[in-house]
Amino acid sequence: MDGAAPRHVGGPRSFVARLRDGDEVAHLITLVFAAVILLITSMLVYELWVSSHLSRAQFGWNFLWTQTWDPIFDHYGAAPFIYGTLVTSIVSLIIAVPLGLAAAVYLAELAPRNMSDSIAFLIDLLAAVPSVIYGLLGIFVVVPVVRTTIGPMLINTVGNVPVIGRLFKGPNYGVGFLTASIVLAIMIVPFIISVSREVLLTVPREQREAALAMGATRWEATWKVVVPWARTGIMGSIFLALARALGETMAVTMVIGNDPKIRESLFASGYTIAAVIANEFTEATGDLYLSALIELGLVLFLMTFILNGLARILIVATERGGGRPS
Amino acid sequence: MRKSLLVALLVLGLAATAGAQSGGTVLLNAAGATFPYPIYSKWFDVYHTDHSNVQINYQSIGSGGGIRQLTAGTVDFGASDGPMNDQQIGDFKSAHGGAGVLHFPTVLGADVPSYNIPGVSGELNFTQKALAGIYLGQITKWNDPEIAKANPGVSLPSADIVVVHRSDGSGTTYIWTDFLSKVSDEWKNKVGTGTSVNWPVGLGGKGNEGVTGLVKQTPNSIGYVELIYALSNNIPYGKVQNSSGKFLKADLVGVTAAAAGAAKDMPDDFRVSITNAPGATAYPISSFTWLLIPAQISDATKRDAIKGFLKWMLADGQGYNESLSYAKLPKPVVAKELKAISLIK
Repeated sequence: MDGAAPRHVGGPRSFVARLRDGDEVAHLITLVFAAVILLITSMLVYELWVSSHLSRAQFGWNFLWTQTWDPIFDHYGAAPFIYGTLVTSIVSLIIAVPLGLAAAVYLAELAPRNMSDSIAFLIDLLAAVPSVIYGLLGIFVVVPVVRTTIGPMLINTVGNVPVIGRLFKGPNYGVGFLTASIVLAIMIVPFIISVSREVLLTVPREQREAALAMGATRWEATWKVVVPWARTGIMGSIFLALARALGETMAVTMVIGNDPKIRESLFASGYTIAAVIANEFTEATGDLYLSALIELGLVLFLMTFILNGLARILIVATERGGGRPS
Repeated sequence: MRKSLLVALLVLGLAATAGAQSGGTVLLNAAGATFPYPIYSKWFDVYHTDHSNVQINYQSIGSGGGIRQLTAGTVDFGASDGPMNDQQIGDFKSAHGGAGVLHFPTVLGADVPSYNIPGVSGELNFTQKALAGIYLGQITKWNDPEIAKANPGVSLPSADIVVVHRSDGSGTTYIWTDFLSKVSDEWKNKVGTGTSVNWPVGLGGKGNEGVTGLVKQTPNSIGYVELIYALSNNIPYGKVQNSSGKFLKADLVGVTAAAAGAAKDMPDDFRVSITNAPGATAYPISSFTWLLIPAQISDATKRDAIKGFLKWMLADGQGYNESLSYAKLPKPVVAKELKAISLIK
């Protein structure tokens, strides 16, 4: 629908007339609010850039691949935190996307409507639970289960597979990348289900009926017609989930072990950018220390930015392969 | 530039609240350490009840934040679990026309080693070397001779030691690392003393509760927690060897004894570490926590209010310590501090 069309009904009117009937006022007010968002974002980047000056001047690009984080000898590098943030986010998506997508397809396409609605209500509730609660769930449930059940199971099975097995080796204390990823996955699954379900429900009935009329089974109609139609929206839900995973602080810091080291095993302890900022910011006394923490914030912002950019490109690329006509 | 804007905004905010509070009431703003927050809020509350014209707002934003706010001039005084270093004092002086900052010890804190070894229920003794070795990652098994020799009769497993430390910057970590720096040169040169350090080994838990949670859940682990936290939550902990070679279980008396042991050589600015202090009864992992007061306060009513509060804190205020599980200041330190109050001009 073309949003601008109704304003010109009856030909062009004077500015005063438009002001009087409110169109111009509404236009200006909404414009201001939209501009505020842009302003806040650029102020954020500017502040992060300026406040991280000391650290950028001292370490330059080396900051990104240095592995030491030493507040006593004032030597800072972001590599273990970038690594931890990426690993936990990616692994949590690997767990959450199939789970969330399958649940959304079931709720939108297969489940009876009133059951689907009541479950969707519960899922929206889950999305609103504070992250510290998920952290507690992590400490008291996920950590012991990973230490005593999931960990040994993975070590004895996938751990023996060549190449990929290296991800499942070493001592397993229950806290670490895998546990953090599982907790993150639990936290982001509601986002994926909720948004994907809504999107799937908006797919026009005709699309389904056409596919069924062509002789497709119900599953074929769902998987080959409905899901591709909703692809953009589903991707959107995944990126929303990714954004939450990248920035999640409390729940992650409670279960990841907070140890700034790069290790390939998923059972090893690690650290994420958001977690280290939350942990160390209040007691950071030195100027360079503070500046390095702020530069970590800048790195996180840029990571989110780049990943979102890649996501857009991915959407455009996959759109050519079919799906929703625009 | 950005700082000055922030300061201006805060000052405006303070002026607004102070204006609303007029009628002879002095409003003091303070910020800093979280560890002494329970006793500080008790003190400020009781003091306000007795002296209704003085109201003190304290925000427990952390020691680092307290020092920064004090230097920026946004609070009337600060509080910190570690003394300000020379560079920080230099920064303060250059921001305040050469006037310095005074340290006033208020209460004492201590750290205790807490552990979880399946099959070992008694209290373990830890030598100073053992604790340094464990945290340096050099002692990796519970049945290491350094641990075993201090614990005859205890059957220690040959399991790997899981080291747990604080992940958030904290005064608790400051005391612990200060102790390790005193007893191990290697620790001092490789890691150092601070509220956050580059840990050679171990898992990080957020807060005392995070460390306790990890220790409780992870077999064969060891962590350090604040004494007050351990006492109020009934967390079992081990004995630590002090400077006289005795193994002591931390309690409030031992912590005050450590401060008394250090009082003889107390420097005039009170910036002193009392870890591994001399004295047969001195618990070795103890520390003061300080109020940071500007040496020059131009507002006479504020100056008098702060001085009045300090006098009260050193006398009546100390009486509230033990009910909240904080160790009292020893008498010689109190006497010395009372003299130092006159330095506030």
